[in-house]
Amino acid sequence: MSFKTVERKPLTLAERTYVPQILNGLSHTFKKMVKPNETLEYPEARPPIPEGYRGVPTLVKDPNGREKCVSCQLCEFVCPPKAIRIKPGEISADADTAHVEKAPQEFDIDMLRCIYCGLCQEVCPEEAIWLQNVFSVSGYTREELVNDKERLYELGGTLPDEHFKWDKKKAAEEAGNGAH
Amino acid sequence: MIQPAQPDLVTVYIDGKEIAVPKGTNVIEAAKMVGTDVPHYCYHEKLSVAGNCRMCLIELGMPMADRATREPIMDPETGKQKINWIPRPQIGCGTTVVPGMHVKTQSKMVKECREGVMEFLLINHPLDCPICDQAGECKLQEQATGYGRGYSRFIEQKNVKPKRTQLGPRVTLDDERCVLCSRCIRFSQEVAKDDVLGFVDRGSYSTLTCYPGKELSNNYSLNTVDICPVGALTSTDFRFKMRVWFLKQTDSIDTESSVGANTVVWSREGEIYRITPRQNDEVNDTWMADSGRVLYKEVQADNRLKPSSELATSVSAAASLLDDGNVAIVGSGRSSVEEQFLTAKLAKKIGAASYVVGRHGEGDGILISADRNPNTRGALVTGLISELPTTELSQLAADIDAGKVTTLLSVGEDLTAAGLSDEQLAKVNLVYVGSHSNATSAAATVIIPTLTVFEKSGTFINQQFRIQKFKSAVPGLKGAADDRVVLASLLEKLGDEAKGSDLASVWAEIAETVPALSGISYANVPKSGLLIDGSAWSGLDFPEGESLHFKPATAEASA
Repeated sequence: MSFKTVERKPLTLAERTYVPQILNGLSHTFKKMVKPNETLEYPEARPPIPEGYRGVPTLVKDPNGREKCVSCQLCEFVCPPKAIRIKPGEISADADTAHVEKAPQEFDIDMLRCIYCGLCQEVCPEEAIWLQNVFSVSGYTREELVNDKERLYELGGTLPDEHFKWDKKKAAEEAGNGAH
Repeated sequence: MIQPAQPDLVTVYIDGKEIAVPKGTNVIEAAKMVGTDVPHYCYHEKLSVAGNCRMCLIELGMPMADRATREPIMDPETGKQKINWIPRPQIGCGTTVVPGMHVKTQSKMVKECREGVMEFLLINHPLDCPICDQAGECKLQEQATGYGRGYSRFIEQKNVKPKRTQLGPRVTLDDERCVLCSRCIRFSQEVAKDDVLGFVDRGSYSTLTCYPGKELSNNYSLNTVDICPVGALTSTDFRFKMRVWFLKQTDSIDTESSVGANTVVWSREGEIYRITPRQNDEVNDTWMADSGRVLYKEVQADNRLKPSSELATSVSAAASLLDDGNVAIVGSGRSSVEEQFLTAKLAKKIGAASYVVGRHGEGDGILISADRNPNTRGALVTGLISELPTTELSQLAADIDAGKVTTLLSVGEDLTAAGLSDEQLAKVNLVYVGSHSNATSAAATVIIPTLTVFEKSGTFINQQFRIQKFKSAVPGLKGAADDRVVLASLLEKLGDEAKGSDLASVWAEIAETVPALSGISYANVPKSGLLIDGSAWSGLDFPEGESLHFKPATAEASA
């Protein structure tokens, strides 16, 4: 076992007064006082949400106000924690959107189960379910943390649509085979 | 040319694999035997060959021989006979094997043919998969994965056809999805013998419709939904109820008649959504009647008997009533073999006379027979009865009137429907063991709620004396007990040695005591059922007429 003896230099006079160190520290303090804040005063201030952020899953309507979900239940199938519950239903033959035929009767997402993985959004063939920018969810009971269909549409709102698949289908249906 | 090993076998080569298949087999079936799947839409093994979808195109070749001398032409490179490949693809379904035939199912040409056919089929097929009930069990979806191109080159507008046609009371047609395979038309002609479907219009406007003024209302109409390779024909009852990939499949037996059609019960989380046929080439091929598909509704029927007390309490109450000496037992032709065995044992134990209520209707010659009890033969085999059951229990009625019977046990049978009057029921102490309420349960002193056929497991013996298994598809109603458990605990309460009420121990007992069922256990009854020797009952005049895969014994003897 060998030891190395380190030589300690005695403090200089300036060091012994502590003045340079205090001044150095204070200069940092004054610099920070005039610099803009680096932290956020949450919850009064909210962070900017980047594009592609995965917040609370919501259901959206197309620009014409038609509910996009057709209750194909693919999200229910793919959901890893089984947070989604759908009861499919038929659109009555005299409704405006009768050509879509199918819409959810009930659509529940249990936010206590949701893990914000975004697989539901990825799998949706109708682009009806979107993880949007709500990230903070709280409630007093378990029931209140299950988002039902009404709440999901309220959270989701309307998103721009590039396809209008069903509108085109309806137009084709109205034009009939004579349009060929 | 290689001679077949047996005269009725033909040796063919599929993708180079040699196989001997029966004469008359087509290439699709032969390929299936070597484990190769030839995709197809219009071909169905139980229907005639139409050959109109062109999906099963394959390459065909025959060994080359000199035209003049019939000498085989050898390939000097391999030393084997040269193969003369037909330059154009042939359909597999319409090609019957001949000795020495060579088939390619995986060649480049075959693959390109399939891709071409798929592209044409998808031209006018709507993008309905998210709302289509067939999604998940759709042949078009499956083959599109294998042979589709992933995008469409077709930029024109797709054809428009009727989307919600009611073909009949139970079948809804979406014409846009139809690939014109004509399976449903051939089924209606050949199996249901109700020729109401057909195509109208030409080319891409071809549309499936019903004959004007008629509808697809026969009792086999839902089989067209099962065989539809796409989502064109859908069941009105199951439409938009649940996606098929969520459903659990359980093997079961149709209970509406003694045919015993094999079925699959589709359920999710304890709720049954639909019943479809299960293939059994000895019983029902791939078909079943529509009337058997709605039977699952009895599970959640309003008149289900709900338990009001503990099972042990009601069993001891019933046992004390049954101990009085003048007991009669009405068993059921709807009970399983195990339950009938225990009922017979119970009758023997307490010295009671046992009856079974007969149910008769008209047989349709296909899959519904005249005997509407699924298990009359089970009652005979287990010794519950020795004569064929009658619809009216007049002997029992007379015994009640004469005061010979003071206690009555009914296993799920409504005795007023079997000819007993309310006054007669009021005269006796009535124990009712059953799943649904009726006039008998209303008159009963003790009611023990039990399970429906979808909630329990067991066996039935059908008209061919074929013993077939059914399994519990959904958990039983809370508190209701399995009939088998109820009967076994009644026996135990009445002083019988406890032998267990599980299937294995009941079957151990059955195999020991019932001669016709010796050597059988629940576990070793195969999926397709097991024929047992019914010659001991050949003297009885069974009501069944001829039906699919069944000839009555009397008809057989005279033939």
